[in-house]
Amino acid sequence: MKITEEEKKIAIETTRQLLSTYNDSRGNLIPVLQQVQNKLGYVPAVAMEEAAAHFNVPAVDVYGVITFYNQFRLTPPGKNQVKICMGTACHMRGAHIIQESWERRLNIKMGETTEDREYSLERVACVGCCTMAPVVLINEEVHGKITPTRVDGLIFAHQLDKQKAKEGAAQDE
Amino acid sequence: MAETVTLTIDGRQIHAAQGEILLWVALDNDIYIPHLCADREEEHPTASCRLCFVEVEGRPAPVPACTLPVTEGLVVKTRSPQVDGLVAAGFELIMSNHRLDCKNCSANGNCELQRIAKTRKLRLKPKNLPVLDKNLPVDDSATTFAYDPNKCVLCGQCIRACRRSGNGTLGFARRGYLRVVTTFGDMPLGESNCTECGACVKVCPVGALAKK
Repeated sequence: MKITEEEKKIAIETTRQLLSTYNDSRGNLIPVLQQVQNKLGYVPAVAMEEAAAHFNVPAVDVYGVITFYNQFRLTPPGKNQVKICMGTACHMRGAHIIQESWERRLNIKMGETTEDREYSLERVACVGCCTMAPVVLINEEVHGKITPTRVDGLIFAHQLDKQKAKEGAAQDE
Repeated sequence: MAETVTLTIDGRQIHAAQGEILLWVALDNDIYIPHLCADREEEHPTASCRLCFVEVEGRPAPVPACTLPVTEGLVVKTRSPQVDGLVAAGFELIMSNHRLDCKNCSANGNCELQRIAKTRKLRLKPKNLPVLDKNLPVDDSATTFAYDPNKCVLCGQCIRACRRSGNGTLGFARRGYLRVVTTFGDMPLGESNCTECGACVKVCPVGALAKK
């Protein structure tokens, strides 16, 4: 995943601004990282380096914290965030097969974002509609009883919608 | 000067300075206790390898020797059915995701795992557990040494050595089964801020970090 210079600059500025309100006590590391993620949607490498310098720890320690907790993202989120439910019911009904078909169709791994920033993949613990297992959330929309062919269908439908919106916009002009 | 105390390890009377850690007292007196993660220079032991268990008289359960300061009249046994059971289980868990390749491994003959297996009569290949190979790529981007994460036992010796030498290149990342010793952003060692001082290679008790 490539991050532009512009984004890097914004990330550094945001992190510096947040860090200026905290002292260098290490207990503040996670709150700072959480706020960086709140502002940017993810924690880029440059932000980790800034934080490491502020708290006077090796950069790899910040990386260790980020990769330890599930709540942190290392890549910017896509326009459409696909969340695959990995709860017990979904797991039993083949959530990992659904996960694999998403990964193959979008050509990315879990926690990554497609090159065009259109889709990002995530796994969640339980979305609370186990009767519809296996479940996939696209943004806030729930899709139940997912099969690999429905994954194809969902992506196709999204692309059609996008195309229609584009044509509609062109006609309006 | 610190007060001298007398303690008994395996029936032997030993004199040591008060407050010294039992593991080092035993090792200095040629009594071998298996250990991987213990570090003399570290103030707070990580006690994460769970191999240095000993039986202490008056304590209901075995305790790790790397966290126990010696006191007057301490009576310690390094072997007992309970201790052996714990060490065997811990060792088997470590070996269940350690890539066994002694024949081609540079640490062959000088490996802490081989030493533990030999002194405690344990098998290197787990009997009750499946062997899981993580199949991670070997990093040989550095010019003087190579790092094979598949052989790593996560003792953390290289990380502490790296910090002492002043670089702080290596560190732990991820969680649970995925835990690895790696660099910032999983960069290859050759591209990271590693100065190839070789401190990590010197302390690695297994063949994970090895000279080329």
